Amino acid sequence: MNIPPGQLDSALDTHDLSVFYGDTHAVKRISLSIPRNRVVAFIGPSGCGKSTLLRCFNRMNDLIPAARVEGEVNFRGTNLYAPDVDPVEVRRRIGMVFQKPNPFPKSIYENIAFGLRINGFRGNLDEQVERSLRAAAIWDEVKDRLEDRALELSGGQQQRLCIARALAVEPEILLMDEPASALDPIATSRIEDLIEDLKSDYTIVIVTHNMQQAARVSDYTAFLYIGELIEYGDTERLFTNPAKERTEQYITGRFG
Amino acid sequence: MREAGPARDARFEPRLARRRRNGRMFQAVCLASIAVSLVTLATLLADIAIDGAAWLSGEFLTSFPSRISSRAGIRPAILGTIWIMVLVALISFPFGVGAAIYLEEYAPRGRLTKLIQTNIANLAGVPSIVYGILGLAIFVRYFGFGRSLLAGAATLALLVLPVVIIAAQEAIRAVPSSLREAAYGVGATRWQVVRSHVLPVAMPGILTGMILSLSRAIGETAPLIMVGALAFVAFTPTSPMDLFTVLPIQIFNWTARPQADFHGLAAAAIAVLLVLLLLMNMTAILLRNRYQSKRGQ
Amino acid sequence: MRDQVAPQAGSDSGGPGADLRWRAGRRVGEGVIAGLLFLCGLVSVLTTVGIVVVLVTESSGFFREVPLVDFLTGTRWSPLYTNQRFGILPLLNGTLLIAVGAMLIALPIGLTSAIYLSEYASPRVRGIVKPLLEILAGIPTVVYGYFALLFITPLLRVAFPSAGVYNAASAAIVVGIMIIPMVASLSEDALSAVPRSLREAAYGLGATKFEVSTRVAVPAALSGIVASFILAISRAVGETMAVTLAAGATPHMTLSFLDSVQTMTAYIVQVSLGETPHGSIEYKTIFAVGLVLFCMTLAMNLVSNRITTRFREVYE
Repeated sequence: MNIPPGQLDSALDTHDLSVFYGDTHAVKRISLSIPRNRVVAFIGPSGCGKSTLLRCFNRMNDLIPAARVEGEVNFRGTNLYAPDVDPVEVRRRIGMVFQKPNPFPKSIYENIAFGLRINGFRGNLDEQVERSLRAAAIWDEVKDRLEDRALELSGGQQQRLCIARALAVEPEILLMDEPASALDPIATSRIEDLIEDLKSDYTIVIVTHNMQQAARVSDYTAFLYIGELIEYGDTERLFTNPAKERTEQYITGRFG
Repeated sequence: MREAGPARDARFEPRLARRRRNGRMFQAVCLASIAVSLVTLATLLADIAIDGAAWLSGEFLTSFPSRISSRAGIRPAILGTIWIMVLVALISFPFGVGAAIYLEEYAPRGRLTKLIQTNIANLAGVPSIVYGILGLAIFVRYFGFGRSLLAGAATLALLVLPVVIIAAQEAIRAVPSSLREAAYGVGATRWQVVRSHVLPVAMPGILTGMILSLSRAIGETAPLIMVGALAFVAFTPTSPMDLFTVLPIQIFNWTARPQADFHGLAAAAIAVLLVLLLLMNMTAILLRNRYQSKRGQ
Repeated sequence: MRDQVAPQAGSDSGGPGADLRWRAGRRVGEGVIAGLLFLCGLVSVLTTVGIVVVLVTESSGFFREVPLVDFLTGTRWSPLYTNQRFGILPLLNGTLLIAVGAMLIALPIGLTSAIYLSEYASPRVRGIVKPLLEILAGIPTVVYGYFALLFITPLLRVAFPSAGVYNAASAAIVVGIMIIPMVASLSEDALSAVPRSLREAAYGLGATKFEVSTRVAVPAALSGIVASFILAISRAVGETMAVTLAAGATPHMTLSFLDSVQTMTAYIVQVSLGETPHGSIEYKTIFAVGLVLFCMTLAMNLVSNRITTRFREVYE
């Protein structure tokens, strides 16, 4: 079920995408299109497959031996699951921010520089580090202590550092798996503001279990239920006038 | 950070092919390391088998050591080893299990307990020859046991005690607290709970730990040399106060001799020792597997 | 009075007034048992006390006759000869030479084995390799001594004809082999303690498995790995039978692995095998050397434990 993609440039789209964990059919034949430079939110009750779906976009499910993917994920004209596609290459272009902040036990500077080094960044390292930290709205807080250990930062700061780390390698798409669920409300709202700023340069897909957050930050929302895509459309319309009954039940809290 | 596509990509030179190749080389190096260990193990076992095969026989097992290689055997050594194992087990089991019960069920959570715990962990890392020195001074001389089986067994018991305690503690800790609570709930005293409920459930784990620590003790040589085990024994021990020898010391003695015949004898004795070790470890593993499958029910 | 139905003191029927106090015998019995168990716990403390007391008192007797400075700085060790010298440096030299040699083998092989088992191996491979490494660790050291003297040394002398029948290299090789499982197992534990989320973060940035293992997992596990190295060195220092059989009984200062040396542990064995009269200065050297050995290994074990505790705190 696609949004009217003809009207918008598609950054990534899936076609009949399924994920199996052993015999469990976790994601069931989902087809959708992620429009460029917009924020798309995946919502749904826990266990509905939204994180699993997200992880298909940067081939992170490869790391789970029991997981099997069928169908296509198309990015820049290539199916990411074609046999000759290198997942390492994919992951530089499609970045990810995780639920619990996970900075490396290194200095703030080195956290950003790591991705640049392994990907053979050819520009000025210091400049790129600064640019990334500015883009993640954390530069002012850390500019005088780049050599300090990243783990000394607060939770919210660590998460913004992780966002900076992901942005440093200049991905086109940024995947965010419940990025604020481990943070306090103030840190959460800073992340949400950040997402609003970032979408002019990046395409963002965010998984969230917080419906209000989805309503606040996203342009389009996809509602998943037990592995199926129930509804996908304009955020405001979906939340005020959902087309499907199941969607309405979820957003009115009938089940959670 | 605004341009998409090719301009963005030009700033990165991922060199994937080279990175992948490095990865494969590294993986090969790691595999080679593992291979080195395994090949060495195989070589060692093969060497023992080849050197010792000719000397293994029934007479070998039942004869006394002799200056004449064709007549030499390991009878006192095997018997001494068995005596020592039994004595070590008898000494270390009560003390080891008692200490474990104390630490897990009785000891208050305080600094003294933590000190005892740390002390046990440190004792596990003391070189075995230092235990030999201790045994020499305390058991051979101070207590006056002389160069006897008892002195040797007491020394080895102290050596394996930390291992026994730690294994027993783990087994006791694995007993679910719901079991204890149920027993306390019907009015049992602490000792009753331990004796009738905790120990029976923990016993297979405790026994596994005992067997593993005995298999460590069976190969120990240095402490027994210090305590005075002999290398040329023309009799078999009949009481704990007797002089004695054990397999590792016999092996040591024969290996150190210049004549090749005795090397063959040493290899044969090693083969016997390794078989004993294998039997003990297999028993421990079988015990542990049965215990784990029972707990799964 | 007839209608007074006061319950008997000490009756054990339930209901109001039932006696809930300790039964006399039971309290004593429980106390005795608790006391006995405490004594069992005390045995380990007594062991440590015993080691320290024995080593220190007998060594003090030694140091009354031999100045501490001579002992710690002298470069000749010949207590069993007529021209007695008591400088421990040659024994330290032998011990450290073999420990260093053993580490040159055990550290790289142990660490790369650990990385493979932790980051690359399938559960099936792990299930086969780990028990085999355990076997390597369980072989008695006297067997390794046999292997060193009668297999490795002849091979070594083919490659290096100047090597003696007794040499430090064979002993070092064999001690290194016997320590590999320890390094591998403890390093693997340290690597397993590194949370999956760190590896995921690195993969998410486009890192290969090699990069994740060596540039994220190993640095994150580093203090745990270092603690395992120190523990392994301590084990090498305390090793006795392999070095006694293969390294020799000639204490002298040398950096060559092809020379014969004597370690502290081998010296103690040598004295014990001889008929040294109790109370003589030669007898007391056992305790002086033993004290040095004990202090060295204790220091290393304590440092290693400290590092491990701090490492665990970070990841828990």
